[in-house]
Amino acid sequence: MSRTTSDIDRSRPAAGTTAKAPAPRRRWRLRLGGHQPIGILFVSPYLIYLAAIFVYPLGFAVWMSFHDYFFAAPGVQVDRPFVGWENYTTVLTDPDVWRSFANIAVFLVINVPLTAVASLVLADALNKKLPFRSFFRTAYYIPYITASVAVVGVWMFLFNSDGLVNQALGPLAPDPSWLINSHLAMPVVAVFVAWKQLGFFVVLYLSALQNVPQELYESAALDGAGRLRVFRSITVPAVRPATLLVLILATVTGANLFTEPYLLTSGGGPDGATTSPVLLMYQRGLQQGHPDEAAAIGVILVVLITAVSLVYRRLVERD
Amino acid sequence: MTNDVAAGLAGERRAAERAPRSRTRSTGSRIALLIGAFAFLFPFYYMIVGSLQKEPDSSPAGAFPNPSNLSLHNYAAIDSAISLGRSLVNSGIFTGGVILCTTVFGLLAGYALARLQFRGRGSTFALVLLVQVVPFQLLLIPLYVLIVRDYGLADSYLGMILPFAINTSAVFVFRQFFLQLPAAMFEAARIDGANELQILFRIALPLCKPALMSVVLLSFTGPWNEFLWPFLVTKRQDMQPLAVSLANYISTVASAAANPFGAILAGACVLAAPAVALYLVFQSRFTSTDIDSATKG
Repeated sequence: MSRTTSDIDRSRPAAGTTAKAPAPRRRWRLRLGGHQPIGILFVSPYLIYLAAIFVYPLGFAVWMSFHDYFFAAPGVQVDRPFVGWENYTTVLTDPDVWRSFANIAVFLVINVPLTAVASLVLADALNKKLPFRSFFRTAYYIPYITASVAVVGVWMFLFNSDGLVNQALGPLAPDPSWLINSHLAMPVVAVFVAWKQLGFFVVLYLSALQNVPQELYESAALDGAGRLRVFRSITVPAVRPATLLVLILATVTGANLFTEPYLLTSGGGPDGATTSPVLLMYQRGLQQGHPDEAAAIGVILVVLITAVSLVYRRLVERD
Repeated sequence: MTNDVAAGLAGERRAAERAPRSRTRSTGSRIALLIGAFAFLFPFYYMIVGSLQKEPDSSPAGAFPNPSNLSLHNYAAIDSAISLGRSLVNSGIFTGGVILCTTVFGLLAGYALARLQFRGRGSTFALVLLVQVVPFQLLLIPLYVLIVRDYGLADSYLGMILPFAINTSAVFVFRQFFLQLPAAMFEAARIDGANELQILFRIALPLCKPALMSVVLLSFTGPWNEFLWPFLVTKRQDMQPLAVSLANYISTVASAAANPFGAILAGACVLAAPAVALYLVFQSRFTSTDIDSATKG
């Protein structure tokens, strides 16, 4: 009961009913907790969680990459000495690691521009008056909400050596076939991910297009600008902040690539041509028992993504 | 909505001014849209057709259902290989747990950030945003070491759920919702002597059903479709969610099966159906709230 009264006391200044200056004790309490200090209680589960599941493991990853970390039986105290940059030199002198970064670069060079261009063009088309507009929006969004594991199954069936795609292509079918051809496997994975994620980016651009002032389009129409001109001179610059977001999100999604090379090209094949850094982290860290090296790959990957994101920002904001 | 109408009107006016040229072009772009939609939907159609074929038929004719070659045999095959029922239950518990945690944590944090003034609100908001930029690939190894090795949560639902239990978009959806409610309502309750818990349970909670619905829908597909993390946590087949057991079937067992693609596609249909069905039923909620609340924060 006494708690209730003190809560009412506390909330009164918030409601702005007292014209008099708050008593010294209350002012002190205000400064310590704010008008409704119970808010701290409401957000604390979230913050504790954040600390345990995000902040602490983040620090742990960096710590691990500078130590000789290995798996030991649970509860056994083992010495895990500081080794400086050793894990990083091991990783950076390993051709497989370089290969995986080169693979992901191939992926990003195909996937990111394809995603950005296709999603903006589609969003622009879907933003206009169109019969069956909600049908089209649904059609492009469905792959995004479906599990990768499920659609990978169909793509395997389609792009298999004697799958529908090759049968339709007839003599034009690549040999060796798509997913077992070391030049074509990564591009197929990049197109697959672009296809799968496109719906999300279309929605992102659609919401950005809502904020483009209509007067711009009207005056362009009065000036007799063609569709392509309007798209280039009005739509593209107007959604620039969204474009930056699309580029960064597509890159982050791409850098996280795991499921597709694991399943679609059966474990990063052919010949390691689709091994992604995250797949390599899984193989090194968990299968072969070198979590410290895997952590180092993770740190390098994140540094690279951050650098790429900064480059995007300069590119998008400059022109 | 009004924006849509305005866009429509402006579009019509534009079309009227340049009718002859733009009509042919817009027909062209509509045909392109139609072809695109076909490319996006065909794999799903093919998934269903393929899952019903007794004998795999990858010739162009196989894209059309042939009554003499149809059966539910593949569903029985995948069920006996990975036990669909058990996998679906695991997927359900994993997804349900994630939705429950996301909702509770998100509701409390979103409400506090929108409606309560307390010390540290600004920095809490910044921290919530920060989660979104922490890349999962960096957390992968340390989370595995902590959850699976140190806490011994391998092959447990808790181990699967832990990394997904908080979600920035959920906080934003709730925050956005509570911000839109009139402030006077909360002030009136305070003047009438309600404490903050009473305000939360008697006023905020009963009103927030639409936001609750959005959060439930938007946190469904994430865990339902997730592969990597539950794959690392579960080694025992009877604990694996469907995405994991189907993936294991694809990567190891399928090569030994008589009609591997049929069985894979049958499993794929079962895995895809709940998410697609939910989306089709609650479509409008999926697209609008998801992005708007995240970008307009």
